[in-house]
Amino acid sequence: MADYRMDADHPGVAATRGVQNVLGKPLDRIDGVAKVTGTAPYGYERRVEGDIAYGFAITAPAAKGAVRNIDTDAARALPGVIDIIVDDPRIARQAAAFAPAATGNDRIDHWDQVIGVAVAETFEAARAAARAVVVDIAVEEGRYDTLAGRNDASPPPKDSRLQDRTIGDFDGAMADGEITLDQSYSTPNHVHAAMEPHASIARWDDGALTVWSSLQILSNARNILAQAFDLPHDKVRVISPYIGGGFGGKGGIGPETVLAVIAAQKLGRPVKIAMTRQQLFHNVYRRTDTHQRLRLAADAEGRLTALGHDSLLSQGPDGGFMEPVALGSLGLYGAPARRFTHRVVTLDMVMAGAVRAPGEAVGMLALESAMDEMAEKVGLDPIEFRKRNEPEVDPTTGKPFSSRRFIECLETGAERFGWDRREATPGMRREGEWLIGMGVAGAFRINLLVTGKARVQLMPDGTATVETDMTDIGTGTYTVTAQVAGEALGLPVEQVKVALGDTAFPPGSGSGGSFGAAATASSVALACEDIVAELAKRMDADPADMTLKDGHAIAGNRRVPFSELVGSAPIEGLGTIEQGRNAETYSQAAYGAQFAEVAVNAVTGEVRVRRMLGVFDAGRILNYKTAHSQAIGGMIWGIGYALHEDAVLDKRTGQFVNHDLGEYHIPAHADVPPLDVLFLEEPDLHANPVGVKGLGELSISGAGAAVTNAIYNACGVRVRDFPLTLDKIIADLPPV
Amino acid sequence: MKLFDYARADSPEAAARDGALANVKFIAGGTNLLDLMKLQVETPEKLVDISRLALNEVEETEAGGLRIGALVPNADLAAHPKVTAGYPVLSRALLAGASGQLRNKASTGGNLLQRTRCYYFYDPASACNKRDPGSGCPAKEGFNRIHAILGTSDQCIATHPSDMAVAMRALDAVIVTLKPDGDKRRISIHDFYRLPGDTPDKETVLEPGELITHVELPAPPRGRQLYRKVRDRASYAFALVSVAGVIAVEDGKIASAALAFGGLGPMPWRNVDVEDALVGKVPGTAAFEAAADALLADAKGYGGNDFKIPLVRRTLIACLRDLTEGTA
Repeated sequence: MADYRMDADHPGVAATRGVQNVLGKPLDRIDGVAKVTGTAPYGYERRVEGDIAYGFAITAPAAKGAVRNIDTDAARALPGVIDIIVDDPRIARQAAAFAPAATGNDRIDHWDQVIGVAVAETFEAARAAARAVVVDIAVEEGRYDTLAGRNDASPPPKDSRLQDRTIGDFDGAMADGEITLDQSYSTPNHVHAAMEPHASIARWDDGALTVWSSLQILSNARNILAQAFDLPHDKVRVISPYIGGGFGGKGGIGPETVLAVIAAQKLGRPVKIAMTRQQLFHNVYRRTDTHQRLRLAADAEGRLTALGHDSLLSQGPDGGFMEPVALGSLGLYGAPARRFTHRVVTLDMVMAGAVRAPGEAVGMLALESAMDEMAEKVGLDPIEFRKRNEPEVDPTTGKPFSSRRFIECLETGAERFGWDRREATPGMRREGEWLIGMGVAGAFRINLLVTGKARVQLMPDGTATVETDMTDIGTGTYTVTAQVAGEALGLPVEQVKVALGDTAFPPGSGSGGSFGAAATASSVALACEDIVAELAKRMDADPADMTLKDGHAIAGNRRVPFSELVGSAPIEGLGTIEQGRNAETYSQAAYGAQFAEVAVNAVTGEVRVRRMLGVFDAGRILNYKTAHSQAIGGMIWGIGYALHEDAVLDKRTGQFVNHDLGEYHIPAHADVPPLDVLFLEEPDLHANPVGVKGLGELSISGAGAAVTNAIYNACGVRVRDFPLTLDKIIADLPPV
Repeated sequence: MKLFDYARADSPEAAARDGALANVKFIAGGTNLLDLMKLQVETPEKLVDISRLALNEVEETEAGGLRIGALVPNADLAAHPKVTAGYPVLSRALLAGASGQLRNKASTGGNLLQRTRCYYFYDPASACNKRDPGSGCPAKEGFNRIHAILGTSDQCIATHPSDMAVAMRALDAVIVTLKPDGDKRRISIHDFYRLPGDTPDKETVLEPGELITHVELPAPPRGRQLYRKVRDRASYAFALVSVAGVIAVEDGKIASAALAFGGLGPMPWRNVDVEDALVGKVPGTAAFEAAADALLADAKGYGGNDFKIPLVRRTLIACLRDLTEGTA
């Protein structure tokens, strides 16, 4: 058993010393063909044994109130209807929570709240039945306006890592600053908008529950289900081999998971349920709106003397999550006086939770806009201004960095992007109706390591099998896992079978917080250490003197195929990685620089991003192709945060009015220009044995601010309320 | 979706007769109707499928115009050589709409009859006078970014979402229909749509069962043509403002002008005052501003859509410049 706790750097794993030469290679996804040919079964598509019934969520047409009556007569009378379940107390009011809240359905806490399920022989019949249920609610006045509630805002709970922090004499430094900036920025509610909706199948077999679904972190899902349905863990199995995007929204369980389990239990039949796009807007947690105040002070040379970041957020009645808006501001720039606060207003809305890079995604929009504004105030190029504020140690904690190549990202990117062609004064470059500008922003994402476990077996035929309940949310986990094991064991990836997404396997980290690659690569690498040691023993060699390549062990003058060494029983390795003291010893983060060139139409205010470059310091890169794909995906979300995404709340009713993807805009293909990505690869062995740092969310961070800073450079209009839709831009453009 | 009956029509006459029964809808491409049925915004008791009728030809008329079958897909119409050559404003409008997949499926007749994209209309949990007459209009004081600034009423401020219909209005299209009694009718597109008034649920002058069989275009107009759509993302978004323009300049003056607008009103908008402000004038800022003044004389914003007033002014002036520049 190879368990390792990161109390100190690992002495080194075979996976990073191998000679197979597959680690890092830009290999195609091993699951790619199955996905594009439609043969990879996603949760809802799984054909399970049994007489399947279809469920459809019944939801409440109000955001706050008491349920007076639920009339199911008309629904029950429809053809094909099996049952209408509205009285099960396990239907939680915030069903998308990480933890179940068996609070019953007599109260409505948020718009479109799930209150029951219609089950029928077909999907269409279930949907018609759900819509035929008449829910009578005594509607009460609700709280739907974060700014209106600011005087009642709460500080972070005592156990939160987001306690108020003041370092030095912040107020004094602001008062004495030669050059100061005090600006407010806002971002709206965001939803995950994953392509695949939340969808689950539940089946009971002799008191044991199996759920097929689309979930990011299966151990979470299993814990929640075991608790909610009072089952021992070994009676709950969750299977989620393919996921059509999660973005944080599938971190716990979905509301439909609960409904499917309840219905399957009551009916004694497997039940499948998919949420509609419209239901997802109100029944999966959202990213809170944010109202941020950035305060900066600098001396005449452009050295920051104060940096303050205060955030006002919202949350549903029972939600515990708090968007960590200031994470980037804590760690990116030096300034002796610092201040960070977070306050939260309770609204009668669905809870706020993790959405694509919680914290940095929105915090860096404001911080990096403010840095751009401040650079202009102090009269420095935005890159030079950032360089002058590069700290030697973590500016908030004083800890050494585990690795940090932020300035290199900026400088390398400036060279590659042609930053020297940027006009310092806005509005100087014009092509016909289009005003052209360039922008830059820093990227920052805290690096996490969570516990992950994997089993690797070297089989009698000389191939390897990897098993972990880690998930692949589309990021390439199957492929990089095969590459790590292949490198460690000396096997081409075709000879490594990777099985993921099933709680029958050892518990992996799951996908989320950009921690999946580090935990998975490390646990697989550690498991392979067991196998390498055993092979060395059977070769009668010191592991250091043995080479593994193309399915053979080579030591001295002997080259023996694995199939001869293994024998009749597989050689098994079990690896576990967990975080340790290194998390306290070092300040761990991934860094980057984002560049954008945009065109702003001088007539209409329409923005077209013309090209972007992201330069990322994300430790070791496990696969240059899947990493590149992940990075451009993140940058595209950045374009969306800058220009498009806005879940519009009707403050009279608590409803998101644009609750479909026709009107909740994310970038379309035509909005996405050529995106260039560069990795400054450097394994961070303080972070984990393989030296990986989180990438997915890093590539979102700062991307939107690069776009909006470019808009300012193009046309001289600074908008601080995101997204930058054309109405906000033409308001300050000169007449045609 | 509620249960419904389905019948496949084998002739336009039979379709019109079937369509005259209460609560029947024709279905062709279904790109809008099926979405609305899934949400139960539309709850027909019967669908008459007209998609196999022989109404998918584009032919030249004796007058030198085009006769477009109601079932011609948007993608085919946009790419038709007669359209790209004689009516580029129409081709461009079609290509500015929806996505490639939708344009392959959506029909010419169906495009004219698209329902509004008002968020409240789309959500049966909300009141909406268009969906549920008399229930109220939450858009007026709600979120109305995409809503109308012209032709609204106390009952409804929704816009018509089509791009194609805007170009057709600039081209003086005629809608040819077949009634259940076998009579044919020719309706100018200028008379086809209704203002919401007190009956926002009634959007056109079509009678029950009346089937659009063709759309006719007059001979290609003289002058330069343009379609410009302004929207919140580069593709796959409805127009905030769009302009379809056809302008001929002769002897340094504007000889003829046809201008229609999307995103502004409950129908593809055309106002002859705008064209009167241009015809006979020397192209230039004074005439363009006067045209914008004429267009916006009765414009009314509802808060979220106030920006459309300056936006359409800016866009119109730029379009007029493009339509007239270098023509003197």
